[in-house]
Amino acid sequence: MTLNTFRNLALTALFLSASFIGFAKESGEGEEGNKFDPKEMILHHVKDAYGMHIATLNEGKENESHITIPLPVIVYTDKGLTTFSSAAFHHDYHGHEIVERNGEKFVNVHEKVYVLDEGATEVAYDAEGHPTNAHRPTLDLSITRNVFMMWVSIALLLFIFLSAARRYKKADNYVPSGIASFVEPLIVFVRDEIAKPMIGDHKYKRYMPYLLTIFFFIWINNIFGLIPILNGANVSGNIAFTFTLAAITFIITTFSGNKHYWQHIFWMPGVPVPMKIFLMPIEIIGMFVKPISLMIRLFANITAGHVIILALMSLIFVFKTVAMAPVSVVFSLFITVIEIVVTAIQAYIFTILSALYFGMATEEAHH
Amino acid sequence: MDLITPEFGLVFWTLITFLVLLFILRKFAWNPILGAVSEREEGIKDALASAEKARQEMENLQADNERILQEARAEREAMLKDARDMKAKMISDAKDEAQAQANKMIEQAQAAIDSEKKAAMAELKNHVAGLSIEIAEKVVRNELSNKDKQIKLVEDMLGETTLN
Repeated sequence: MTLNTFRNLALTALFLSASFIGFAKESGEGEEGNKFDPKEMILHHVKDAYGMHIATLNEGKENESHITIPLPVIVYTDKGLTTFSSAAFHHDYHGHEIVERNGEKFVNVHEKVYVLDEGATEVAYDAEGHPTNAHRPTLDLSITRNVFMMWVSIALLLFIFLSAARRYKKADNYVPSGIASFVEPLIVFVRDEIAKPMIGDHKYKRYMPYLLTIFFFIWINNIFGLIPILNGANVSGNIAFTFTLAAITFIITTFSGNKHYWQHIFWMPGVPVPMKIFLMPIEIIGMFVKPISLMIRLFANITAGHVIILALMSLIFVFKTVAMAPVSVVFSLFITVIEIVVTAIQAYIFTILSALYFGMATEEAHH
Repeated sequence: MDLITPEFGLVFWTLITFLVLLFILRKFAWNPILGAVSEREEGIKDALASAEKARQEMENLQADNERILQEARAEREAMLKDARDMKAKMISDAKDEAQAQANKMIEQAQAAIDSEKKAAMAELKNHVAGLSIEIAEKVVRNELSNKDKQIKLVEDMLGETTLN
């Protein structure tokens, strides 16, 4: 019975995503002519955006309207801080809609805010489609849809874990109940299968809050990315997000490195001197490659999952026949189920590798 | 290309968001939950340890009981054995004493018999000696009643003496 429920849910989700991609495709078609460009559609979905677009009603008709959650655009230019609602762009991301604020003209070119140069009234493009008479603002701190979804995800995380933490009362002998009995195995899993074996029984405690936080933060954002109606909130598939987390792991690793760790990097013990000199640059590169691999692994895995699902859905519009739909649906169902597993696996891998790096940095000499 | 270029805005917000999340969860979720979990684990460990200890004590107690019982049994055995030994000893002692007494009495009786016999013998000898003397006296008196006979005797005796 639960299996049936699950299957129904998955199918509903898929059809929602299918219908949703339909909207996206047609809006692209409306703007760029009749040719459907799967690459543009996919990249548009995978990348960040200024508004949270849910659906388009009455596609291509006179009374076409969009259901969108407008989000604030916050930019800092030479003339100071400017904020306005992304609704001001009217769902345009081809640089047509010019928003004048604080005496400057802002346009949205492929979900990037540009400031038109002095005197320009319209965006001009070079051969590769880059604006020639507009520049990026000094700082763009807009609350984009990824930021927005990230906040939704932390609201959910805080709700889950703060209400779980309240369940632990001394009076009840710390026996978990309700939501706590659901999250406790996960927390104990992170402690016993990730932190303890990788860092060691004595030092793991210091890193537990970080490891638990990244594990659940990545996991929930991976899951959010799979919800079709949220317009592919691809937070964990965004390189900025994975870059930040990997950088934090790198900083913690570097600052918890003990004498033994630095010795292994700069003057490898137990090998002849020429070998020590040979190993030093390799170890120094390795120091940076580790977090970079974390960054790329999470980004690439999640983005690839999204790209595959969207590409399979695009097949319907590429072949321009509804007969393709069953194939697309079956394959994307298959991929989506795999992606559900991948959400947890990638969170697990990111966490276990971070723990491994911390373990390497704090390992005591054992010669 | 901008797919793989980190946007500063998102990096900034991710960093802030993550740090806030880390701070709040650490203070209000991870520490209480991990504390409670480890406290419960400690409690379970303690409970198991004390159960094990109680079992050990029970075992010890049982062993003690067994030992005391064993000792009591051994003591009873020893007491019984002592009693038996004493009985045997008393019997044998009594026997020995009786034997000795009997021997002594027999000896005394023997001695008494001997002395009685000796006394009887001595009396008999005296009696016999007296009788003999009486007889001898009567015989001699009879012999020496006439003169001829006396001379003859003297002569006989003298005859014998010459030989010496």
